Amino acid sequence: MPDRLTRADVDRIATLARLELSDTEKDLFVAQLSHVLEYAEQIQRLDTEGVVPTSQVLSRMPADRLDEPRPGLANEDALANAPDPSPQTGLFRVPRVMG
Amino acid sequence: MGTLPFQTARDIRDAVAAGQVSAVEVCEHALRRIDAVDPVLKAFLTVAADRALDRARAVDRDKRSAPLAGVPVALKDNIMTRGITTTAASRMLETFVPPYDATVVTRLEEAGAVVVGKTNCDEFAMGSSTENSAFGPSRNPWNPDHISGGSSGGSAVAVAAGMAPIALGSDTGGSIRQPASLCGIAGLKPTYGRVSRYGLIAFASSLDQIGPLTRTAYDAALALSVLAGPDPRDSTASQEPLADYMGALTGDIRGLRLGVPRRMLEQGVDTSVSGCFFAALEILRARGAELIDIDLPHASYAIATYYVVATAEASSNLARYDGVRYGFRAEGARELREMYEKTRSRGFGPEVKRRIMLGTYVLSAGYYDAYYLKAQQVRTLIRRDYEQAFQKVDAVVMPTSPTPAFKIGERVEDPLSLYLTDVFTVSANLAGLPAFSVPCGLTPTKLPIGLQVTGRPFEEATLLRIGDSYERDTGWWRECPNL
Repeated sequence: MPDRLTRADVDRIATLARLELSDTEKDLFVAQLSHVLEYAEQIQRLDTEGVVPTSQVLSRMPADRLDEPRPGLANEDALANAPDPSPQTGLFRVPRVMG
Repeated sequence: MGTLPFQTARDIRDAVAAGQVSAVEVCEHALRRIDAVDPVLKAFLTVAADRALDRARAVDRDKRSAPLAGVPVALKDNIMTRGITTTAASRMLETFVPPYDATVVTRLEEAGAVVVGKTNCDEFAMGSSTENSAFGPSRNPWNPDHISGGSSGGSAVAVAAGMAPIALGSDTGGSIRQPASLCGIAGLKPTYGRVSRYGLIAFASSLDQIGPLTRTAYDAALALSVLAGPDPRDSTASQEPLADYMGALTGDIRGLRLGVPRRMLEQGVDTSVSGCFFAALEILRARGAELIDIDLPHASYAIATYYVVATAEASSNLARYDGVRYGFRAEGARELREMYEKTRSRGFGPEVKRRIMLGTYVLSAGYYDAYYLKAQQVRTLIRRDYEQAFQKVDAVVMPTSPTPAFKIGERVEDPLSLYLTDVFTVSANLAGLPAFSVPCGLTPTKLPIGLQVTGRPFEEATLLRIGDSYERDTGWWRECPNL
């Protein structure tokens, strides 16, 4: 049986997921993900016409809490784990956005 | 306190309350035990010795009668601890120090517990063996060549090896129950929403739940009574009233109807597991429970459903690791997109990448209906199976894992074969149900086996009662590995 995924599929998904994969990883993922998808396809045999999808399992939706202002995370704490913080401006610094 | 390290939380708490031992002495004992056995077992990623001793001193000062006074607790390293590195066993968060505590941490400390450290797990809780930890696997205290189970493997090892009587894990598809089973201890996955997840590093948000790993049903009940309840910081934490979990442990299970899904046991279950499981059923029957055969018609679709739903949610949750606000950032990128891609490629390990890829695929245009929507519909069918079963029975009994712990390295080449080991655990997450695993035997080579009881939503008390009742006629929970 041919693989469920092609190398082009893996490239496309990696781009969507913002992952840069090596050639070895791509070959491995073509095989491994195809194998898992082939297994997962068994759900497609079930007749689910008219079955409501379950996206969450809470039996009743939570009550809203009052929307009152209160202190949040201090700017200094929010920046403490940043790879490239700018404490003077209180911002996260990133490489240039336009190529 | 002569039989430390294998004291229960209840015994420690009582001894601290009675002034027979101080919280500091208990803490020092736990830290010495960690020093002695953890170099081999590798349950912990971080031991917070100084902080733990400070807390223990505070408990001795003013919390000696608290419900968990002086009880050492280990936390899975995907639970945020203010000021203690929290890595989720990933390079991505190797140096991450949370600015706040998870609600469960606050609750444990208010109850007098002493956090001794952070335990190893599969990276971002994705796995069933801890072999996906970026920092190497934990080892099974019953045989260090074997896996601890996972993903909360380090937490299971910490309890099983007497380093802490209570550890917290998270359970998305069995990650509390399966390592508990494989290490010979008890593990409780509460109902979805029973315990706040504020401060839990998210994997699959419609499935994740925090719960305790302990030696006894009583300790699980004690921990749950501290952990459970609503939380204004987690809108999925339920307002449902708490039960009297300790009061439920009467030992009396006469007339309880236990459903046995026999068809699920017909293949793929190790004979040592089915032998112990059926022996456990006889003990429950002898204690007055009624055994009723049931069918869960869609059970065989649970793993396929789970790996579609869980990876889809994971691919979305893990989009936040982009090298901007916290965590690892790859050097040398000239522009933003390149930085994202290099950061994520170097920061995530193979299994996390595999799941992000799978989840991205099943959500992508053209495949969404065939995989993700379909899986959500099958999830409904799986829930209905349980709803129907619970009209006839009060709880469902199954093994926790189809096999005892396998050898480290044995299955790393074949991800699907590892996914299939979750056959008995994923349904409880898909249906949002509570499930409890208790030790029910050892293989001839002395590897533990677990019995799992699944119940109706918010009926943890029934499961704890069954587990406690079972313990009263069996000595499996007393078994300790030779270390």
